[in-house]
Amino acid sequence: MASLKELKGRINSVKSTQKITKAKQMVAAAKLRRAQAAAEAGRPYATRLAAVMASLAGKVSGDAAPRLLAGTGGNQRHLLVVVNTDKGLCGGLNSNIVKEARNQARMLQADGKDVEFYLVGKKGRAPLKRDFPASIKDGYDTSLVRTPGFAEAAAIADELVAMFEAGRFDVAHLIAPVFKSALVQDPVTRQLIPVPAPAVTQASDAVVEYEPDEEQILDELLPRYIKTQLFGALLEREASEQGASMTAMDNATRNAGDLIQKLTIQYNRSRQAAITTELIEIIAGAEAL
Amino acid sequence: MALNFELVTPASLVLSEEVYMVVVPGTEGEFGVLEGHAPFMSTIRDGAVQVYRTAGGAPDNIEVRGGFAEVSEAGLTVLAEQVIA
Repeated sequence: MASLKELKGRINSVKSTQKITKAKQMVAAAKLRRAQAAAEAGRPYATRLAAVMASLAGKVSGDAAPRLLAGTGGNQRHLLVVVNTDKGLCGGLNSNIVKEARNQARMLQADGKDVEFYLVGKKGRAPLKRDFPASIKDGYDTSLVRTPGFAEAAAIADELVAMFEAGRFDVAHLIAPVFKSALVQDPVTRQLIPVPAPAVTQASDAVVEYEPDEEQILDELLPRYIKTQLFGALLEREASEQGASMTAMDNATRNAGDLIQKLTIQYNRSRQAAITTELIEIIAGAEAL
Repeated sequence: MALNFELVTPASLVLSEEVYMVVVPGTEGEFGVLEGHAPFMSTIRDGAVQVYRTAGGAPDNIEVRGGFAEVSEAGLTVLAEQVIA
């Protein structure tokens, strides 16, 4: 049985832990609202760009198509772009992303493909390095800025496109969390490069004039499309991180509360036991006289 | 007699309103878009998009960086990478 002093100490330490988790929960709740608004504000651009892509990609095909759309022709070297968070304290979010990345990598390796990783965010590095020590090639550190924005997404996209043009990989997949609610954030794998041909919406009969011509516009549009994809992934990551953090910290605060209650009861019991023992000693002493 | 004009950046939908005319700085020269313009698509260079809310009125200039302009039956959509306030 722990002594009274020890119990008191434990209660105090759990209480201060609870204060921390509660503060983190409230911070996450406030940030979540902002991150969600940002994620929603980014959607119109993405949908419109996708629509423009769809109408253009239908017109440019065959040999004229840029490599970013047509691919290298090979399907041997795969690059997995894994988007993790920079900070922890967000429950199972990062381990779910890593699990998804690991499954994808195992599947590709089972098919006899070469797999490499490009890591965005700090938290995926250690677990993936443990499982695939030779495959971690590059990464992008987003922890230097407070809220990663379009500039960071553009930097990542430029690097990926440069790697693609240098022939370092044939196919790139993007693995990033998708924010559904504060409780659910599922990691999703999408093909990034070559850009998957969008489902052609009914080709409009109107003759569209292009300036400069279709190929040149598409050449400019494809890198921008990849940037937008990455930007979307960063926004989703931000919202997912805050959502997961809020839920995890809510649970932690509740657990700490339960623990404090249990420890307090134990503390009170042993205090009463000590008093009773003292009383018995005094009474026994008085009777002996 | 109104053109449906939308200006979108990755961060937000900057403008969405009915205007009289918009002059867009295309890569191969500026072009003005009125209602009923033929379907057209162009990349844009860094410069000011001039928005004329009324015929003959003074334009509002909006500085944009990089992107596309698309004219369809629905109106004009400018997808800019960045808008400088």
